[in-house]
Amino acid sequence: MEFKTFVFYFLSAILVFASLRVVTSRNPVHAALYLVLAFFTASGVWMLLQAEFLAISLVLIYVGAVMVLFLFVVMMLDINIDRLREGFWSYLPLGSIIALLMVAEMALVLGGSYFDLFENAVPQTGIAESNVQAIGRLMFTEYVYPFELASVILLVGIVAAVALTQREKRKTKAVSPSRQVFVKAKDRVRVLQMPSEPRD
Amino acid sequence: MTLAEMQFVLPNLSPASAEIFLLTMACVIMMVDLFVKEKTRALTFALTQITLVGTAAVTVLTSAGLLSIVIAVLLGPDASADLTPRIVEVFGIRTGEEITYTFSSMYVADLMGSVLKLTLYFTVFVVMLYSRSYVLDRPQMAKAEFYTLSLFATLGMMVMISANHFLTIYIGLELLSLSLYAMVALNRDSVTATEAAMKYFVLGALASGLLLYGMSMIYGATGTLEITGVAERLYMGQANKTILIFGLVFLVSGIAFKLGVVPFHMWIPDVYHGAPTAVTLFIASAPKLAAFAIVIRMLVNGLIVMAQDWQMMLIILSVLSMAIGNLAAIAQTNLKRMLAYSAISHMGFMLLGLVTGVVGGDARFALNAYSSSMFYVITYALTSVGTFGMILLLARAGFESDELDDFKGLNKRSPWFAAVMMMMMFSMAGVPFFVGFFAKFSVLQAVVAAGYLWLALAAVFFSLIGAFYYLRIVKLMYFDPPKDMTPIQAPFDMKLLMSANGLAVALLGIFPQALMSICAYSLLRSL
Amino acid sequence: MMIDMLQQLLQGFFGPVYPLVWTVLKIVLIIVPLLLGVAYLTFWERKVIGWMQVRIGPNRVGPWGLIQPIADGVKLMMKEIVIPTGSDKGVFLIAPMFAFAPALAAWAVIPFNDTLVLANVNASLLYIMAITSIGVYGIILSGWASNSKYAFLGGMRSAAQMISYEVAMGLALVVVLMVSNSLNLGDIVKSQGQGMFAARGLGFLSWNWLPLLPMFAVYLISIVAETNRAPFDMAEGESEIVGFHVEYSGMAFAVFFLAEYANMILVSSLTALLFLGGWLSPVGFLPDSMFWLFAKITAVLFFFLWIRATFPRYRYDQIMRLGWKVFIPLCLIWLVVVGCWMMSPWNIWK
Repeated sequence: MEFKTFVFYFLSAILVFASLRVVTSRNPVHAALYLVLAFFTASGVWMLLQAEFLAISLVLIYVGAVMVLFLFVVMMLDINIDRLREGFWSYLPLGSIIALLMVAEMALVLGGSYFDLFENAVPQTGIAESNVQAIGRLMFTEYVYPFELASVILLVGIVAAVALTQREKRKTKAVSPSRQVFVKAKDRVRVLQMPSEPRD
Repeated sequence: MTLAEMQFVLPNLSPASAEIFLLTMACVIMMVDLFVKEKTRALTFALTQITLVGTAAVTVLTSAGLLSIVIAVLLGPDASADLTPRIVEVFGIRTGEEITYTFSSMYVADLMGSVLKLTLYFTVFVVMLYSRSYVLDRPQMAKAEFYTLSLFATLGMMVMISANHFLTIYIGLELLSLSLYAMVALNRDSVTATEAAMKYFVLGALASGLLLYGMSMIYGATGTLEITGVAERLYMGQANKTILIFGLVFLVSGIAFKLGVVPFHMWIPDVYHGAPTAVTLFIASAPKLAAFAIVIRMLVNGLIVMAQDWQMMLIILSVLSMAIGNLAAIAQTNLKRMLAYSAISHMGFMLLGLVTGVVGGDARFALNAYSSSMFYVITYALTSVGTFGMILLLARAGFESDELDDFKGLNKRSPWFAAVMMMMMFSMAGVPFFVGFFAKFSVLQAVVAAGYLWLALAAVFFSLIGAFYYLRIVKLMYFDPPKDMTPIQAPFDMKLLMSANGLAVALLGIFPQALMSICAYSLLRSL
Repeated sequence: MMIDMLQQLLQGFFGPVYPLVWTVLKIVLIIVPLLLGVAYLTFWERKVIGWMQVRIGPNRVGPWGLIQPIADGVKLMMKEIVIPTGSDKGVFLIAPMFAFAPALAAWAVIPFNDTLVLANVNASLLYIMAITSIGVYGIILSGWASNSKYAFLGGMRSAAQMISYEVAMGLALVVVLMVSNSLNLGDIVKSQGQGMFAARGLGFLSWNWLPLLPMFAVYLISIVAETNRAPFDMAEGESEIVGFHVEYSGMAFAVFFLAEYANMILVSSLTALLFLGGWLSPVGFLPDSMFWLFAKITAVLFFFLWIRATFPRYRYDQIMRLGWKVFIPLCLIWLVVVGCWMMSPWNIWK
């Protein structure tokens, strides 16, 4: 076995294990952490395919940003795990039968021609340019239309999130330090001249 | 390779100028609205409507084919033959009557797309006008986001209509869906609306997933995502058939979800019912046009070689939709819910036109069949806007007017609007000499011409069942005593437009020929 | 010469596993000085702050107090690691490693001069951004696993702060990679060695800090927030709040401590590479050398200590305001400005 193949199977094994733990883990935070592990190993598999830009982006975006926010939410939710899992065992037989059926169908349909899929191997570009440059060039030339539209989708996401969460202005009690600094004594303290009153 | 060595060739932007204009204006409106102080957002509303009119103008002025049609409709065919070349010359319109591709063949500009887009702007324009007073009465919704999200949704539909690439179809669809999810949830204090948004979101995401699976398998089988490219590869027979069928199943399921046909219809009643009526009006009208467009793009333009396979699937979906949609609608007491089931049955009926394009490898009837579907979907959008608009017309602050009982004795309150509603209902039911009749008629004629007699009979049978619940509303309006006698409080422009809408339904029923020939002509130019 | 001889010797000795051994050796060569640097950075910090506050600083252990960090280390190692009741033990113990490991792993792609780098990856800047973004897990997990409300709140706060500043920092870096037309740290340094001033022997005026001055400022402030250092040290905030590591003790705490200082050294070296010309010599008549890099790193580290001794701590909402409402818009605008600049005839980065 080639070293590369070994690494592939090693990573895949971890990936499968982590993915399984994501769904079977009792603790939602642990499940989220296994998902992080799954992303990480997936990025390793991509690295094997020499798609280093995709691999690093996966870590940067999913592990570094998305999953952290996800963990935020999961940690703050007060999930009653046992209640969530109440129906697990009663649904398991039906669920597994359906899953098995789907796997079998897929295997039947795809099985016959499975090996044809690999006839057209990963396309090799003749130009010796790095992954990043190639992706950047494609994004701004051939795929510029969907790329710009994807940015519009993100914009809609922002607009929607703001529209759905923003209410009337809250009355915050925050002070502005820049204005605080300029406060003068006479704005706050009034010195009065009062004649002393005679004691009765 | 350094930056200086790279050669950037600017794509031909002119076919997509309508999209660019709309997007720019949507961003401008968002910025302008930041400085609008007043609560009614009159400026935002006005800018939105101006944008839609402007986009329509840009669309007409970038397509010579559409320009000649528009002039022919407005001034007559002679004027069109005379004026069109001159205007084309003045504006230097480069896109002629033929199909134009741009953005590395991801975008296609053809006559079908232009006609559908023009209908789309018109529908959205009317929707915005109908929604205006409803939105004003509900402070949660009277935000600029209602208008900007509508514009973004419109942009998404435009992208879908002129997509020539599975990727663009998907992105347009997501743009539309995301905007709609947010619009459904915009009325935050309403529990039903939030629930509807949640259901819509979850099921919509599932549907997008199905669609993506389908697309990826088609990519696996053909090695391209470009629709014309897929068609080419399939025609040459260079595709793996099993994977292709697998992908097709997923693709059709995804489309069925978005169209809302049985058995992927579960979200329709809940979303139509739960969403604020103004948003229901939007969802029930314009997206159907875009959905029709992507069906044509993906199945007809891309996978016509597989027509035998997808036609079988569509027949099943269509018959089931007509059956379940019409039967379930009878049991409803809520008008929005009833219209939701009616929408399911109508989409089923519309699919009938698509299943009869290719008979035994013979595409002789294709044009007739597809143009009947296009006619159906356009007239359905028109009628649907009218019916939901009527609910908005009767609604006021704190009163939704979406129960069937709210329409009792409408004749006593306002004979004219009872008559308009009656026309809508007759049209939906397919009573002769309203536009819905001709829509159904042309689809049925296509089905019979293709030799599916049993299918035509089934469609007629279910339409008859459907007529029951439409006519029940007419009965409620004319023969039942009213529950309250509150006069209709609606702005004048809305009343005017509603009357025009009713008259259009009636007049198009008497003179359907013009619209029918536009549909046929545009498809002839595009397929 | 010496290195070649050593390589041959090792190759003969280890045979087929030689590449592995050689890589491990190189890793050790980076890690050991780094850890020593971390230890003496803590010492230096106490000294510098002492001088700034007209004190003497540590001076008892060893000559001039030089053995102090060793003594601290021994002390922390001797202490018991208390694991709170009800805590998630596994996560509790993994969290410090999550904080520390990225600070070490990132060094794999840091170049020391134009040839000396452990792994010359094409997208090394991207790699660094990805790896350092993992560090936040240490904070958020330690806060959660401690089963303590204070630690949890502290963790949440620090994590939110780090994520916010990562955006500003990333955007500042985007500008840098735009002008240097590469994601490779070595190439970024090399691209700073050319230009109008460099040609006249005034190299330090051609480095990125001058043409990208606003981005340099944003980056410099963001890295302070990224590493949770004063005046943005919400994580510790001894006087008013408690941070994510309140429940940690002994070596587990020490690892967090190490991570903080290792991160400081890492971001300082990145500042040196990205904005201060890396190993390039500031003036034409002196040769380029690794020592310039170390001098620049030291200068940036001194800046860290200096502002810690000078500025009062920011309030939490002020930190977030600065990040989201000042830095991110500034970066976005500057991105467009630099883009236009590069397309204009006055482009200086050709």
